[in-house]
Amino acid sequence: MTSAMQTLKVLSERRDQVQQKGSSSDAVACDRKSAAGSVSQRACVFCGSRVVLYPIADALHVVHGPVGCAAYTWDIRGALSSGPELHRNSFSTDLRERDIVFGGEKKLEGTLLALIEAQKPNAVFVYSTCIVGVIGDDIDAVCRRVAKMTGLPVLPVHSEGFRGTKKDGYRAACDALFSLITLDHSKAAEGHIRPAVNLLGEFNIAGETWMIRSYYEEMGVDVIACMTGDGRVDDIRRARQAKLNLVQCSGSMTPLAKRLESEFAIPFRRVSYFGLEDTAAALYATADFFQDPKIREKTEALVRREVSRVTPELRAIRSEVRGKRAAVYVGGAFKAMSLIKALAMIGIETVVVGSQTGNRDDYRVLKELTADGAVIVDDSNPIELSSLVQAMKVDLFIGGVKERPIAYKLGVGFCDHNHERKTALAGFEGMLNFAKEVRNSVLSPVWELRRRPFPGS
Amino acid sequence: MLLRHTPTEVSERRSLTINPAKTCQPIGAMYAALGIRDCLPHSHGSQGCCSYHRSTLTRHYKEPVMASTSSFTEGASVFGGQSNLLQSLETIFSVYKPRVVAVHTTCLSETIGDDIPQIIAKAKEEGKIPDGAFVIHANTPSYVGSHVTGFSTMVKSMVDYFAEPKAPTRAVVADAGAPRLNIIPGWVEPADMREIKRIATAMGIQALVFPDTSGITDAPFSGRAEMFPAGGVSVEALATMGDARATVALGPTASAAAASALELKCDVPHETMELPIGLSATDRFVDALRRRGGVQVPAALEEERGQLLDVMSDMHQYLYQKRVALFGDPDQLVALTEFLMDLDMDPVYIVTGTPTKKFEDRIRHALKDRADRAKFKQGATADMFLLHQWIKNESVDLLIGNTYGKYIARDEDVPFLRLGFPVLDRIGHVYFPTVGYRGALRLLEKMLDLFLDRQDRDAPEESFELVM
Repeated sequence: MTSAMQTLKVLSERRDQVQQKGSSSDAVACDRKSAAGSVSQRACVFCGSRVVLYPIADALHVVHGPVGCAAYTWDIRGALSSGPELHRNSFSTDLRERDIVFGGEKKLEGTLLALIEAQKPNAVFVYSTCIVGVIGDDIDAVCRRVAKMTGLPVLPVHSEGFRGTKKDGYRAACDALFSLITLDHSKAAEGHIRPAVNLLGEFNIAGETWMIRSYYEEMGVDVIACMTGDGRVDDIRRARQAKLNLVQCSGSMTPLAKRLESEFAIPFRRVSYFGLEDTAAALYATADFFQDPKIREKTEALVRREVSRVTPELRAIRSEVRGKRAAVYVGGAFKAMSLIKALAMIGIETVVVGSQTGNRDDYRVLKELTADGAVIVDDSNPIELSSLVQAMKVDLFIGGVKERPIAYKLGVGFCDHNHERKTALAGFEGMLNFAKEVRNSVLSPVWELRRRPFPGS
Repeated sequence: MLLRHTPTEVSERRSLTINPAKTCQPIGAMYAALGIRDCLPHSHGSQGCCSYHRSTLTRHYKEPVMASTSSFTEGASVFGGQSNLLQSLETIFSVYKPRVVAVHTTCLSETIGDDIPQIIAKAKEEGKIPDGAFVIHANTPSYVGSHVTGFSTMVKSMVDYFAEPKAPTRAVVADAGAPRLNIIPGWVEPADMREIKRIATAMGIQALVFPDTSGITDAPFSGRAEMFPAGGVSVEALATMGDARATVALGPTASAAAASALELKCDVPHETMELPIGLSATDRFVDALRRRGGVQVPAALEEERGQLLDVMSDMHQYLYQKRVALFGDPDQLVALTEFLMDLDMDPVYIVTGTPTKKFEDRIRHALKDRADRAKFKQGATADMFLLHQWIKNESVDLLIGNTYGKYIARDEDVPFLRLGFPVLDRIGHVYFPTVGYRGALRLLEKMLDLFLDRQDRDAPEESFELVM
């Protein structure tokens, strides 16, 4: 194993961001800016804000900047809506050279007014990009003016790309959501009598929100707002009526949960719906919070029924893939934790695990969850990931869009656990989908065909 | 209806782009740079730009795409990006060891005014660029032009940095063999670059094709992680572009700038023509190679042309006056329009987000007598929202463009041919060319499949036909 580490190609600046369990008691270094010149898998502040807010389907999302930022984020998330599809369009001010010289405020204002009239949205999010930060457009003032003229919530999102990392973009998105929630006191004041929660950091990729919502409904718990999967402006504005916030993608939504706790005394729980164990834990945490025996009873029945429904097939899959080795490289570390457990359930050991944005505590937990010899890595790059896959003899890679072709080129199976997942991977049913996808990819005959059929060099 | 938010009524828009038919310059510069052997494209800006371009190219090619970034922070936006670029070059050459680093700028680094040549000179001075390695650059602010402009600028910079004046001795040696021509292929797929090389070789021409992404963005399965797949045009080959008899530049928007720069620098005459998509444009391309190379057109190519023409005549009854809407990049649109006219089809709506001076003249020329009946538009508000509105007002029989057309195709139930950049949901574009006679035949087959499948789908039982 040590030799595996020695053959790794790791940038010298990054030595302490890559660690093999058992070789060091130091914490994995993280929360660092990527080394300039590296082929980082990370994105920017704007990207962070855009992915978090994008699924709100009845809002206008207007990108104030050159066309690229709007073009690259046009409907790339697979966040489904049960109603409006406004979010799947790409609206931008398409700033040109003239605007850079003279400023883009007028253009933005004109754009917003025209769009609001034509599309009648329930709210507007205005994203600022790098260039807006440099030329100094006052988007707050424009948003205020347009809000006044139209009577709509018009929310600036301060997501200039260079102002930090993707995490800062999450924070900017949380700020915008908080503004929306606190905009109107009368809406929030009406109490909701039945037990009710908000889902935070759940984005309805492949319809996962619908699945999770159905669990809570069955338990007798209302979901007021989902932030932001299949999101609606009015639901979010009523979010203060919930008694509890359930935070899934904790990397993105914890800042909002904390603010709602400190300012409105709504507590939150970090949960995950990936894997049977974590899904059950999330539902039980909710039931326990409300301390209602009826809810508890229904939850137990639900978990029992669902677990026994999927277990036989999971067991069969386990017998097929047991002993395979996985590398997990995802955006947020909390998801990585769930994935390690979910993989373990079908007999797959995670030997490489990493994230783009994990913090010290996250990496401590990841270290605890993995076996000796596993490699833990922060903010990795293609070369590092490739050499890890080979050195650690990985059979399966779990990652996102930029990791997929790397895995395939190396001849190992892949499962997208990011924007491009095609089936719901959350909840009990999702665990089964996940296991099937893993099996189908890991055991694909294509990996066996790589042997050269011809003699000679 | 996914695009239910698109009203039928077209209203004047001044300052708003909805569902763009273009993207920004840097991604074009990145794609062009991938066509140089052992080259690492470098994005001088925020991390997000680089990440977005890599993701989009990865989705288009289903290949790992390598590029580095200066990872701008707040500090860089205030004090300039010089130290980021210097550190980047140090990191890149010590870790990834490319032969060439192709730096392109972004809106951020352009606006704060980073002087890239000066920074490159400083890096050289400080010994950060190893012997035999090169750093080239292109200025590609996102608020000017479009992705095509970025591509064109990076190709031109290949001329600026690598072309050497004609070496008399080398020229003699070169002329002893097959005639040498430069071919600048324009923004086309690796499959097209392979096809262009095949045609040139078949004609007995030694062609230097640049950029050349074949072998890189269509690399075969290897079981290895390769930073620089074995493909692309080498620095040594680029250095000899001044020795060629002439340059044939395909697609004025993407290729003319480089071709004229080379003529100025090394006195190599150039001929800029439309992309060889379709029969007539391929005829002109083949003829240009014949004239410039002083060679004969081989029987094998004549045969390919004959086959294409044969299918065009066999199947023309299914193509006659079909109304077509197309969107994408100027060079593709002009060539495609001409091909559609050759097929007696009717290009009625044409939209590109890329603003160029001569687009309207070129389209008019391609449309001949139908120019006044067609609607065509370029620039910021020439987007897919507008195209959709036109289609809603009077529908078409076929839509041609990149993957983003699939929403319109679905909502309006129109057959859809994917062509252009990006194609995020099919794979054929990477491996099968659309240029040359073979490429035209493939386009023709695709269009016929779409029309005939539709006819089969919609035919009432009694008139469902076996033979078509």
